[in-house]
Amino acid sequence: MRISALVKRIMLQMFRDKRTLALLFLAPLLVLTLMYLIFDSNEEEMTLGVVGGNEMLIETLETQGIQVADFESADSGTVLKKSLDGLLEIEADGAMLTLENDDPAKAKALLAQISQILALHGQGSAEQNTSSPALETDYIYGNEDTEFFDVIGPILVGFFVFFFVFLISGIGLLKERVSGTLERVLATPVKRWEIVAAYLAGFGIFAVIQTTIVVFFAIWILDMVMEGEIWHVIVINLMLALVALSLGILLSTFAGSEFQMVQFIPLVIVPQIFFSGLFPLDGMADWLQNLGRIMPLYYGADALKAVMYRGEGLIDVWEDLLVLGLFALLFIVLNILALKRYRKL
Amino acid sequence: MNHMIRVKGLSKSFGKQRVLKDIELTVAEGQIYGLIGPSGSGKTTLVKMIVGIDSPDSGTVTVMDKRVPDLGLLQDIGYMAQSDALYPELTGKENLAFFASLFNLKGSRLKERIDYVAKIVDLETSLNKKVAAYSGGMKRRLSLAIALVHDPKLLILDEPTVGIDPELRQSVWQELLELMAQGKTIILTTHVMDEAAKCEMIALVRDGGILASGSPEELKAKFGASDLEGVFLAAGRGAE
Repeated sequence: MRISALVKRIMLQMFRDKRTLALLFLAPLLVLTLMYLIFDSNEEEMTLGVVGGNEMLIETLETQGIQVADFESADSGTVLKKSLDGLLEIEADGAMLTLENDDPAKAKALLAQISQILALHGQGSAEQNTSSPALETDYIYGNEDTEFFDVIGPILVGFFVFFFVFLISGIGLLKERVSGTLERVLATPVKRWEIVAAYLAGFGIFAVIQTTIVVFFAIWILDMVMEGEIWHVIVINLMLALVALSLGILLSTFAGSEFQMVQFIPLVIVPQIFFSGLFPLDGMADWLQNLGRIMPLYYGADALKAVMYRGEGLIDVWEDLLVLGLFALLFIVLNILALKRYRKL
Repeated sequence: MNHMIRVKGLSKSFGKQRVLKDIELTVAEGQIYGLIGPSGSGKTTLVKMIVGIDSPDSGTVTVMDKRVPDLGLLQDIGYMAQSDALYPELTGKENLAFFASLFNLKGSRLKERIDYVAKIVDLETSLNKKVAAYSGGMKRRLSLAIALVHDPKLLILDEPTVGIDPELRQSVWQELLELMAQGKTIILTTHVMDEAAKCEMIALVRDGGILASGSPEELKAKFGASDLEGVFLAAGRGAE
């Protein structure tokens, strides 16, 4: 009897909490939909620059679904300028393939396809001598040993910094709301912005420590690829942490319990993972790809990848940093406004 | 006598439920004013609006001739919330020091005030214990101490004596009367009738409205009742 009474009460509580109920049923649908969109996207098209290739080769490449751009002469600069995936230079004694290798999976696929085509081409044509031309390869970023992890590593670093700072700061302020201490604090002459600033600073200290540990761990222990300056990586992560901090505090306004705070993870955090560059998005519809642009992690990941993998500097990623700064500013202002719920002044 | 608090036409609804209906209230300086009523009658919402941490849908609150909310005013108000808003991870002293610092108390004055209020609420020996280890009554007393720590002119206490043992309740009341003698104004909510009898002025609150107000003696005479419980019943019947 007691058990059924308990069960009844629990079910009743659940029905009273419409939000939790909605999340329970709707969030998995959302996440599933996103995963479907990402993994079911069309085969991405690859663009290859060709120098000195005959018509037959180009035709073969095109029938394989590779977009071919014919050049009189080109070098690795052309690859970056024309955003090609690779450049194939056919010479008398062989062929030279320069791969952009921004996405190692894509580079590997392109390399495999081209060596196959060249082999067939060599055998099938009477003009060619006996063996297929030797294929030399060169990489603009990384090398043939570049693992997928080297590329996603920087993104993961940014993600974990973002996620934990978000959760901890959000729950921190939430505890104050639930226990009534926030209201009690607002019954003192403290200003609203002072509370927000104090929270940014208080949790910010932990965020700095966490960020530093994560970055050094990734680079020294995990031996993650690190082409740029380590302090640039830390600066980017700190910007990301600031956004996470202000967003966490802001969202805690809309949560009534720790559990409801956790419910924001599938809504706010998981979509950011999908659009941060961990998964190739090239095959997705343009409007879906652009969805990433409203997500802070997209910019953080972009900047981190540039510095850690491509060896660029802060100056090269100033746009990303600016956007992150604007996100943080927006969330901070909203936080100060959200506290009006308690006290108008 | 000067008016300490003046509440005019205060109304508030949460969704469809009207929590306060057109409240009119005046509290003179130096009084102990009791808001008496059952839980859910709107007392807490009313005192929060007087403090300025909740905003009315219509009507105004003026405290010491300043329109609420006013940040400067909060320096002169000591508020004790109905739920103990304390940091359980911190010790009693750390809690006191935290709130005292929000009122800009520093150095020797801070120490002096902490020692003084701790003595009033009889927590001197437990000040260095974490609040998580406090009993319900101890938390209540610590909340009261926090409300007193910055020596405010106006004390707004929401159910200050709930969960406190009778002996300590006596000493808390003694202290309240002493504070009143020093010229402080105290407004408190309670649902205990014998406590209400100790107030100089009381207002009977029910269903978001004030049924009657006046001194306990006046009200007893007006409704022909021998005690406040009788007054409350008679006033309630009159309202229906």
